[in-house]
Amino acid sequence: MASRDSSRPRARGGRRDASVRPSDLLSRERKLELYFWMRLTRTLEERLVALYRQTKVVGGLFRSLGQEADAVGSSFALERRDIMSPLIRNMGSMLVKGATPLEILRQYMARGDSPTRGRELNIHFGNLERGFIGQISPLGDMVPVMAGVTLSFKMRGEDRVGLVYVGDGATSTGAFHEGINLAAVQRCPLVVVVESNQYAYSTPTSKQTAARQMIDKALGYGIPGEQADGNDVLAVYDVTKRAVDRARAGGGVTLVELLTYRRKGHAEHDNQSYVPDGETDWWATNNDPIDRYLAVLRESFGFGEEEITATDDRVRTVVDEATELADASPFPEPLDCLIGIYGEPASESPLWFRVGSTAAVERNERAEGWGTWSAGSSGEKR
Amino acid sequence: MAEVTYLEAIRQALFEEMERDPNVFCIGEDIGAFGGAFKVTEGLQAKYGEQRVIDAPISEIGIVGAAAGAAHMGLRPVVEMQFIDFIANAYDILTNYVATARYRAFLPCPMVVRGPSGGYVRGGPFHSQNPEAGFIHTPGLKVVYPATAEDAHGLMKAAIRDDDCVLFFEHKYLYRRIKGELPTSDTIVPIGKARLAREGKDLSIITYAAALHKSLEAAELLEQEDGLSVEVLDLRTLAPLDDDAIVATVRKTNRVLIVHEDTRTGGIAGEITARINERCFAWLDAPVMRVTAHDVPLPYAPALEDFVLPQVSDVVRAARWVAAY
Repeated sequence: MASRDSSRPRARGGRRDASVRPSDLLSRERKLELYFWMRLTRTLEERLVALYRQTKVVGGLFRSLGQEADAVGSSFALERRDIMSPLIRNMGSMLVKGATPLEILRQYMARGDSPTRGRELNIHFGNLERGFIGQISPLGDMVPVMAGVTLSFKMRGEDRVGLVYVGDGATSTGAFHEGINLAAVQRCPLVVVVESNQYAYSTPTSKQTAARQMIDKALGYGIPGEQADGNDVLAVYDVTKRAVDRARAGGGVTLVELLTYRRKGHAEHDNQSYVPDGETDWWATNNDPIDRYLAVLRESFGFGEEEITATDDRVRTVVDEATELADASPFPEPLDCLIGIYGEPASESPLWFRVGSTAAVERNERAEGWGTWSAGSSGEKR
Repeated sequence: MAEVTYLEAIRQALFEEMERDPNVFCIGEDIGAFGGAFKVTEGLQAKYGEQRVIDAPISEIGIVGAAAGAAHMGLRPVVEMQFIDFIANAYDILTNYVATARYRAFLPCPMVVRGPSGGYVRGGPFHSQNPEAGFIHTPGLKVVYPATAEDAHGLMKAAIRDDDCVLFFEHKYLYRRIKGELPTSDTIVPIGKARLAREGKDLSIITYAAALHKSLEAAELLEQEDGLSVEVLDLRTLAPLDDDAIVATVRKTNRVLIVHEDTRTGGIAGEITARINERCFAWLDAPVMRVTAHDVPLPYAPALEDFVLPQVSDVVRAARWVAAY
């Protein structure tokens, strides 16, 4: 099949100085940490699938299965003071930047003590102190926002860098173009990471762009473009670290393309009817980022089974404890919806027909998923 | 004839119009082989090919602009917004270019922009919006928002045949919940005509889209519990408004409640109230009142979303107030 030709990504420009790679300088602990974040991402998402099936996740569920290396390795190249804005496959990036599994679970489960107090879905949340800004659904919008965030670093002479994620689909938007162009002209300290995961919902990259590869677009913006194998967490770290260092040194914007593959549907309800038979299986068997890094940990870095097992156990404990707490979290109070639309006035009043009532209905109907089409109960393809 | 869902009715209209007129084509994100996020366009590409059912990049400005250009040349594009919330991206080209094209450049834009709209589905702030008001305010655009399968079918056919740009809002909560029987002949539902969904004499509810079904449920309850005879007018088209139908129901019942899912400020209820004042104030026995969403970005959690949006119990309470005034 066509995609197999590209399934062994050939990175361009990512290893110019092959002698010393930034990842060579990572301590043994930091190398294991990379594994911890990838494993945490996968285990937490598996837990979310279980909760989704129990209908405890209120809206849609978005997986990053097979993309853990690109999410974790890239954000791992940032310092604490740097600011990142994720996209829907970047739960791993958010964990690295300090989002907690408990926050993510509460968010998906629409609880009142979730980071957005039940106002927003899934991983649409941020925390400026910890250095990440929440995305919105319209794609590409965070690129100009991050141009502005990094413009503020430049204006104030701060030693800080920004990083923004987009998928191959978002590169087609006007917001992406305008944002990256503005940041490039202003030489903002910004890294734009394009995660080329080969599908935007059902649309293959060949129908998204006539460009041969995403880094070709960098030329048009007058900025460097570097590509790496997105399923090799060390290569991801290396390419991003170089771009981050360039931005920090005043070198402006870099477009980083990470070649990877989205093994699950756009969301959990998507049965991937548009994916050629055997394609996802091929990636699961031959190019799983966690399997690949485990081999490196064992064979190149000399990690023993007990260290790896201990990490897995730690991840399971973290996820179990977070699930228990999230499940016990309260749902928001209905009247909370009227608070904080503006700074002043701080809250709206209920409309005239609702004065005196504390809830709109006696029982809140549960949505059957999201209203979007879903596969049959057996998940058959059509 | 067998009943079809609201969603199937739209799909059938697309099939019929593509069959009838080779100039009709569809363009949007994931609408081809995948059949769209909600499967409205399922099967269209298999029948009419990739030239007439085009999978577009994620580029709402590009898609709407290209539709306008193709429409200038005599084609009849039907654009899908994957969720109507994303029509905001195309706001510039719709309001500045498309809406003014006929008036300033004598270049008509016979095109349809359609998409899943509305809340009650736990979709959060970017998959639940009702952005019709901004477009109703723009001269040059027509806006329809059907509530039944029959109207969804007939209005889609009318929208495709219309010589101006029609924004076609589809309520996603109704997609698979509402069914109806479609006419066997080539029948359209005219744009600009409201429909009396329920006859009554004590009070009129003017409404559209999912709120129609909330209103009908409330009307039934009011009849049973209060003995009130409630008339329900389904606007179906929001621009141009059917003033005659509005005036007729006001003159009949003398009491009006307007119900819509859109937020209050700048929502069409304000416009309707003003027109009633202008045309038939003397016929009113009570102030015109409205039940709308609160002026709040639509939140995700069920208890929050339900509080922000109008519910059946709200319509009942408000109707009782208007009836007792």
